[in-house]
Amino acid sequence: MNPSNSVLQLLSISPPGWGGVLLVGALATLLISFGAYLVGMALGLGGALGKLSGFRPLQYLFNAYTTIVRAVPELILIVALYYAGTDGLNRLLAAADLGPIEVNGLVAAVAVLGFVQGAYMTEVLRGAILAIPVGQLEAAKAFGMRPALRFRRIILPALIPNALPGFANLWMSVIKDSALIAVVGYQELALAARVAASNTKQYMLFFLAAAALYLVITIVSNTLFSALEAYFRRGQRPLS
Amino acid sequence: MEFGWVLEYRDLLLHGAFLTCVLLVISVVFGFSLAIILAVSQVGDNAIVRWISRGYCTFFRGTPLLIQLWLIYYGLGSYLPYIPGLRASFLWPVMREGLFFAALALTLNFAAYQGEILRGAMLAVPKGELEAARAVGMSARMILRRIWLPRAIRIGLPTFAGEVILQLKATPIVFSVTVMDLYGAAYKIRQDTLLIYEPLLLVTLFYVGLTFAITQAFQKLEKTVPVQRQHSI
Repeated sequence: MNPSNSVLQLLSISPPGWGGVLLVGALATLLISFGAYLVGMALGLGGALGKLSGFRPLQYLFNAYTTIVRAVPELILIVALYYAGTDGLNRLLAAADLGPIEVNGLVAAVAVLGFVQGAYMTEVLRGAILAIPVGQLEAAKAFGMRPALRFRRIILPALIPNALPGFANLWMSVIKDSALIAVVGYQELALAARVAASNTKQYMLFFLAAAALYLVITIVSNTLFSALEAYFRRGQRPLS
Repeated sequence: MEFGWVLEYRDLLLHGAFLTCVLLVISVVFGFSLAIILAVSQVGDNAIVRWISRGYCTFFRGTPLLIQLWLIYYGLGSYLPYIPGLRASFLWPVMREGLFFAALALTLNFAAYQGEILRGAMLAVPKGELEAARAVGMSARMILRRIWLPRAIRIGLPTFAGEVILQLKATPIVFSVTVMDLYGAAYKIRQDTLLIYEPLLLVTLFYVGLTFAITQAFQKLEKTVPVQRQHSI
């Protein structure tokens, strides 16, 4: 059998090829990343508004959150939160006289990565809100807009172009961080590649294939984010 | 919380902390050297070299470190024994170790990120300074060595501090290729003692402390090489 033929067979979608396993893994990676990204965005928005609220206890809380999460290695956070999260949940359930549950790996991964993302999102969104010219907010107040309306009509549209470069960076980093989930045993792209590689002993082939899939994801996302930023910055003067 | 195990595992922990520091220093020093080559070739004129370094940076910045590490350890590692003469050479005992592959992967990864930053910093050096250097008759090589690179490194210095800290936070991943770094030590202690949180907490303190030390060191470095802020008109 010639080698290029066997490579095609190894990578074919249906078994005995492992292409399907890799693609399912890639899908899991995208799913985890997207879920964690949304969770992180919600946490980040809360964190940013909390930090800017001027309410001291909230500020201390979110300062501690962002400082700790950003100072500790991601791998340690993921491992610690993965066990602490499931352990804590089961203790809560036990306290409420309910039996322990097996936490779905996907849900745990999304929650853990989302919690980590939230700290970085907080800083991105806080910076983006602070970059809005204060005159715009004052004008909105002068027109008698209430905080909710001001947030929806003025702050949100104005912060998006400021936050997009940070959002793009965080999306790239959540895709790459999601590979760390492999360490706690959830089968996303990295672990799928490892399973395929150790079953066939074709390490180079399958890790290169996984790297290629990651590259496709990051390059396509890069293009999308550039287009998004061009769209949201329409009508703005280009920076010299 | 129980910390009685610390004394028993003292040597393992100290050795792990040492390995973590070794990996950090090796990857930052060699990665920085490679980053200079990458940055210079990307602002240079040779199109082929430019595309090679751009492709390198895209690959290493677009894929997870974990995949790169496994690719190098399992993939490259499985081909090494077939290189004639390598097995018999004095390098073999080093190249057989997980530590070698871990250091290699971390170095290549760091170089890609650092190269991009350095490229941006090189483009940020005011044109007038380079023109002045040319006007006094410096050769291209001398301009690079005396003016362009030193200025670019100074401009990028605040960003380098962040990159070194990110690199430190990336090192625990090497435990997945059997390197007993600090996290690897904690992992073994967790398995031996069945304690879930305490070992993690202890090594976390070390990482946070080291992060703080790196930040302080870079702040001192920035102060020793002050830049004059340009006056805005």
